[in-house]
Amino acid sequence: MNLHNNPENANAYTRRAFLQSSTLLASAALTVPAFIQSSAWALPKVEAGLSSIAGVNEDNILVIVQLSGGNDGLNTVVPYRDDAYYRLRPGIGLKADNLHILSKNGSKGSSDLAFNKALTGFRELYDEGQCAVIQGVGYPNPNRSHFTSMDIWHTADTNGTGDGWIGKYIDAQCCGYGKGESGRPDGSKGDESSNSAEPPIAIGREAPLMLTGRTMMPVSFESPDMFEWAGKEFSEKLINNHEQLTNTLYEQTDHDHDHDSNNAFLLRTAMDARVSSEMIRKAVAAKPLVQYPSSKLSQQLSMIGSMIRAGMKTRVYYASIGSFDTHANQPGSHARLLGQLSSAIRAFQRDLKAQGNDSRVTTMCFSEFGRRVGQNASNGTDHGTAAPMFMFGPKVQGGFHSRHPSLTNLDNGDLKYTADFRSVYAEVLDKWLDTKSRDVLGGSYKHLRVMEA
Amino acid sequence: MPTTNSTTTQPRRVETSLSKIRDEDFGYAQARHLLLRAGFGGTDEQIRTLAEWGPEAAVDHLLNFDEIPAEADQRDKFDHNIMHPRSTAEEQTLKRARQSNNEDVLAKFRTMRQKAQRADRTQMREIQRWWFTRMIQTPRPLEEKLTLFWHGHFATSFRTIEDSYHMYSQNRMFRENAAGNFADLLRAIIRDPAMLKYLNNNQNRKSSPNENFARELMELFSLGEGNYSERDIKDGAKALTGFTFRDDAFYFSKNSHDNNSKRVLGMSGNLDADGFVNAILFSPACAPYICAKLYKFFAADISTDVKTLKGPQRTVVRNMSSMLQDQRYAMKPVLRRLFLSRHFYDPSVMGNKIKSPIELVVGAVRSLNVPIRHIPHLTEAMDMMGQSVFLPPSVKGWDGGRSWINTSTLYVRQNTLAYMLTGHRINESYVNRNKYDPTNLVAAMNDPRLDGDPPPMLIANQLLDLVLGTRPEGAAKILVDAANKVDKPSSAKGITTMLLLITSMPEYQLC
Repeated sequence: MNLHNNPENANAYTRRAFLQSSTLLASAALTVPAFIQSSAWALPKVEAGLSSIAGVNEDNILVIVQLSGGNDGLNTVVPYRDDAYYRLRPGIGLKADNLHILSKNGSKGSSDLAFNKALTGFRELYDEGQCAVIQGVGYPNPNRSHFTSMDIWHTADTNGTGDGWIGKYIDAQCCGYGKGESGRPDGSKGDESSNSAEPPIAIGREAPLMLTGRTMMPVSFESPDMFEWAGKEFSEKLINNHEQLTNTLYEQTDHDHDHDSNNAFLLRTAMDARVSSEMIRKAVAAKPLVQYPSSKLSQQLSMIGSMIRAGMKTRVYYASIGSFDTHANQPGSHARLLGQLSSAIRAFQRDLKAQGNDSRVTTMCFSEFGRRVGQNASNGTDHGTAAPMFMFGPKVQGGFHSRHPSLTNLDNGDLKYTADFRSVYAEVLDKWLDTKSRDVLGGSYKHLRVMEA
Repeated sequence: MPTTNSTTTQPRRVETSLSKIRDEDFGYAQARHLLLRAGFGGTDEQIRTLAEWGPEAAVDHLLNFDEIPAEADQRDKFDHNIMHPRSTAEEQTLKRARQSNNEDVLAKFRTMRQKAQRADRTQMREIQRWWFTRMIQTPRPLEEKLTLFWHGHFATSFRTIEDSYHMYSQNRMFRENAAGNFADLLRAIIRDPAMLKYLNNNQNRKSSPNENFARELMELFSLGEGNYSERDIKDGAKALTGFTFRDDAFYFSKNSHDNNSKRVLGMSGNLDADGFVNAILFSPACAPYICAKLYKFFAADISTDVKTLKGPQRTVVRNMSSMLQDQRYAMKPVLRRLFLSRHFYDPSVMGNKIKSPIELVVGAVRSLNVPIRHIPHLTEAMDMMGQSVFLPPSVKGWDGGRSWINTSTLYVRQNTLAYMLTGHRINESYVNRNKYDPTNLVAAMNDPRLDGDPPPMLIANQLLDLVLGTRPEGAAKILVDAANKVDKPSSAKGITTMLLLITSMPEYQLC
């Protein structure tokens, strides 16, 4: 693995500007807002929660929500009119009177599909035309290992190797992906003054592969409380010296010659952490405009909402919710998870609306695979293949997309996918993130018209 | 690492020789490096002692650890009955209850099972803490370091096993074979209950083969990807049929074993699992793969896809593996050769490896004498850094290297050190008051000529030598300035201040 190959082109600008300003400040009073203003993380002038010019593509934000463990698509979006569903799931099949029966796309009459009863929030958003359901999403030769399949979704590569797809998008934004030597960015677009790429932000203790490219690592944090140096608890007076030390080292490192060393990598990460720490903690300390439920995912989305409201220039955020690996006694635990997911997403959309930022943000939910069509002997389901994806926001085409996979025409007991996940990525890249998806995905994928033109 | 003379533009030639480092080239920095890599680091005094002994005595002391008396690790230390399988009578009762849908009896069985699982999880945490403490206290650091290496190599997770005693038994097996013969390790792992369960070999029967173990045995445990065929996996799986366990012990289920002729890695016949292992050991890919893994763990972060290695690393791994072959998979001579080699002390190797969470936390106690404070806080912190022993993320083990580091884990690493040094946890009013006395950490403090009052810059520089292994320009002065704000630089508080700052430097993550 070779991360951070080309630091000079990317947020090195961020770090350098930050350093210059903080060196300056060392002689003046050490006040935080000043250096934030002079860094590339600078907050744009925010008026009434609306940042920059509405409708300009550069303002678009993508929020990715990962459902880890393999979400059971068939008990999420239920084909309640299909006898095969009840035949194959005698113990866990959900009855029509215990579901959200949905209207057909924009017309009268009800759809053949219904939401799990726990998805009240999804249903509301669906009725408002702000929830798109993409059915039967998968890829050829599905892999049933959590790790491999997750890597496949993260890299948009069916072997699950290479950089993350958002990482590649950021590389393409900042430096012209793939034109340089051995796939490295060639720096043709990387002149510092025009470089506006910001690292994506992941909530959690990991730097997701999806967000990792060659020019930058994502910024990750698990809780804002832990996202600063604890030495200050011993003595506040030491923060200054702590920062001075890193600055001294950063200035001494010969970045052109040495940028592949572990030491340079660590210095860059330390600088990224410091540059983002103050701003993130400040942003998420603000009380959200709406009340969020108390789940972990809600907390994550509430922090993302606050960062968006603070006018941060980050374009991609990542949140996750786990425990979807429901091998046994599925119905109760699955409904609980879906309830948390649905209420968190609803609160998030309400928050964005209250901020006036809703039309700038699209949210996407995915899981590494769906589950087998037939239930197992423990009232649960084992690892399967295709499953629905969800997208939310005023700019998505609400309703159902693609086809629901057949429950009778199966591949060895598994659903045959009807939409390639890379088609969804392609559309998000082309229409929402304003990049040529071909450059990022290494191929062309037909759009499903999930996003507004 | 950036030192004051890091501005050379000519790329320096990397020493690739495995021939022995000269005695005069083995000083404080080299002894420190050896202790960090072949152990978990040491105190100033330990480093000086090894440096004085010279390279051979130092390496042999670490490597011939079975000559050092240590706490025997007892088989009955933990409860092996914790997940005891149901008796035949119980099985029958359960079966009857299922047939007659007797909810009361079924509920009783469920409750019993849940109770056992809770106790099992508690015991797993106890075993985690026991191993963590052992790594801190052992007089044989290389034994534990190698045990950790094998745990990552033959990665098995409690999450799937759900039997803490099997995890403990596996850990003992790794320790028994830590610096032994790789062939013995392979023969032990195909009989290890935890592994057999983890990779589903208990379900690998003649009538319904399961290829999971056969694949990983070659791909991850011995040969590396691309060095075997699909046929090798299919026939290897057949050779492994019937290798299962009963209760806590290996069991060969004759009826499940496939006695037909197989062909694996060029060897044909009615192979069983041992025959499969022999075929693996005969493969020319085995020694290079194992040496690449050893090199990655002890020397530098490299790819374990041997074919992609270039330059010095290719040369070194190749030389190590021909030695491992010559030694018929005895690992000690190979490790000795590596730890004594000029290459191992090359500037490109020293101080350029990212510490694993275990190395970071265990190392802090072993080299700085910081109080352990509250073990659950530390195991929780290591989990946040991405490493919980007995719970590796997948059969691939921990990726290591740069994958340890992101903005989140870097703060957790710095803050865990701050907690160990000062007892303060972030945004928490409770402070652990265990006393930490660092005043005799470095030589200057004990030097009678300095009359108990060494110059602050000398203290700072010696602390940098010990803790960082390098003296970045300007760092010592910043440390002294900071210490002066808090207390006299030679006082416990002054030195703690300097340590707090040094351990917050990005370079402290390297070893």
